[in-house]
Amino acid sequence: MTAAEYAEQQGLNRVGARPSLRSYLMQAWQRRDFAFELARSRLQATNQRNRLGMLWVIIKPTMNALMYGVIFGLLQANKPHDFPAYVVIGVFFFEFFTGSVNSGAKSITGNASLVQSLSFPRITLPIAAVIQQFLTLVPMLGVMFIYCMILGTPPKWSWLMVVPLLALFTMFNTGMALVCARLTVHIRDFTQFLPLITRVLFYTSGVLFGVDRILNAFPILVRMFDFHPLYQALQIARGSIMNSVDYPPFYWVVLGVWAVVALVGGTIYFWSAEERYGRID
Amino acid sequence: MVELTSFDDLINPRLHAKFEPAPVFDDSPMVASESPKVAIDGDRVPVVIVDDLHVKYQVYSSGKSLGGAGAKRLLQASTRGIREVHAIKGISFVAYENESIGVIGSNGSGKSTLMRTITGLTTPASGSVYASSRPNMLGVGAALIADLSGDKNIVLGGLALGYNRQEISAMREDIIKFAELEEFIDLPMRTYSSGMSARLKFAIAASKQHDILIVDEALAVGDARFRKRSEARIREIRENAGTIFLVSHSMNSIIDTCNRALWIEKGVLIMDGDAKTVVNAYKAKKK
Repeated sequence: MTAAEYAEQQGLNRVGARPSLRSYLMQAWQRRDFAFELARSRLQATNQRNRLGMLWVIIKPTMNALMYGVIFGLLQANKPHDFPAYVVIGVFFFEFFTGSVNSGAKSITGNASLVQSLSFPRITLPIAAVIQQFLTLVPMLGVMFIYCMILGTPPKWSWLMVVPLLALFTMFNTGMALVCARLTVHIRDFTQFLPLITRVLFYTSGVLFGVDRILNAFPILVRMFDFHPLYQALQIARGSIMNSVDYPPFYWVVLGVWAVVALVGGTIYFWSAEERYGRID
Repeated sequence: MVELTSFDDLINPRLHAKFEPAPVFDDSPMVASESPKVAIDGDRVPVVIVDDLHVKYQVYSSGKSLGGAGAKRLLQASTRGIREVHAIKGISFVAYENESIGVIGSNGSGKSTLMRTITGLTTPASGSVYASSRPNMLGVGAALIADLSGDKNIVLGGLALGYNRQEISAMREDIIKFAELEEFIDLPMRTYSSGMSARLKFAIAASKQHDILIVDEALAVGDARFRKRSEARIREIRENAGTIFLVSHSMNSIIDTCNRALWIEKGVLIMDGDAKTVVNAYKAKKK
């Protein structure tokens, strides 16, 4: 009798074998409290020793928006209407994407000792990274609404559309974070590229520009932006909050498809290398 | 013997043979290397079966080599500078219910690698490990955050070990008491002394009844009194039908807590048997 047959007969399972996707997700669901607590504790710990503490969550993006708003407000002749609110919404929402992707990418390699000493579904770590970014975003959104009111956009019911938008956007960001997490495990150099990629996306997602204004000489490019998930998320946010921006309703469909594809694809992609994450080399 | 008169000769590369690192684990087998078939005891319930396990690491020996650094290395197809460390070479054994197994061997003999493979944290190159439930390593330190208070870290560590929040609030008092940190539990962990944080980590990790528990040198924390209590806690876990692997360099704690021992040397299982016999053989060899 070989050891494998003996193990089978005694009801023993192979250790470290990748579980089926279903049981993997169930295990991950059981660890949801851990993911949430990890995210919350890390968020607290990052700002705890600063004098201004959690206020930095708000101050940093505000200063970013201010800087970009002033620089690109002066440089651009052909600005979108209501430019300050346009930039504030763009920068605040885009920050969520950048944060998720960056911290997601480091979530496995940066927690090597955790990965090597405790066994839990590794998907918990990139998800905790996204949750942490989400928790950062929520107070930012409150501040964003206040800024918008100050900048002359009265509250209206369509502001509530931000909630379903956030759901889709979070799904999309989670998928992207999962893909980046696995890529970084295979190729460490990826974290060096990543800031460049997000920077390029920052300038090509219409965070600071009105795409139709800048590119009206190239209708094909403008058409392509109809399928750009980040651009769409920003446009939907602006369309819901501001009075001067409109977006076609099919953006919801396209963004929804992007979100589902990213999340499902990212999860499967991440799960299929589960046995790889604990290795030291 | 050649006398080196000039200092330049010392650093002249042409006068010296190129440095070739000795293999970390030489491949000459220390004992008969044909993998012993797993001896099966039909009367007892097996909990862990390790079957002809091999583990290999591929590591860049020293960051970057002098010659082919940077972009050049990307273009070179050669694998110069990569060394394969064959850390476990065909280990097989069966662990039964209610056993406590000491694992001994000199530094770098592959004990920790074997333990990490048993928990499934390291993937074997060949062979496999079977277990009745997932073995746990007694270690939670990595999940804790130094900037947070001990109290919050208990919650975080407990969740990392897979408890739910009710269970954690139920055992919170016990953990604090066991770690003897009543007065300091609301201070951030970075203000703790190394002994205090080691005590907290042990208390969190050992709070649970584990089916299969791996203790890797964790008993060496704290002062003598705490060591006594942690050994008692380990025995308690074993008496509640757990199986324990204890990695230690302290032969006394192996004899005190274990009834069986594995002696591993250079990735090969040298001896497997009654704790006292194995420890005596190991001591005789080391003299």
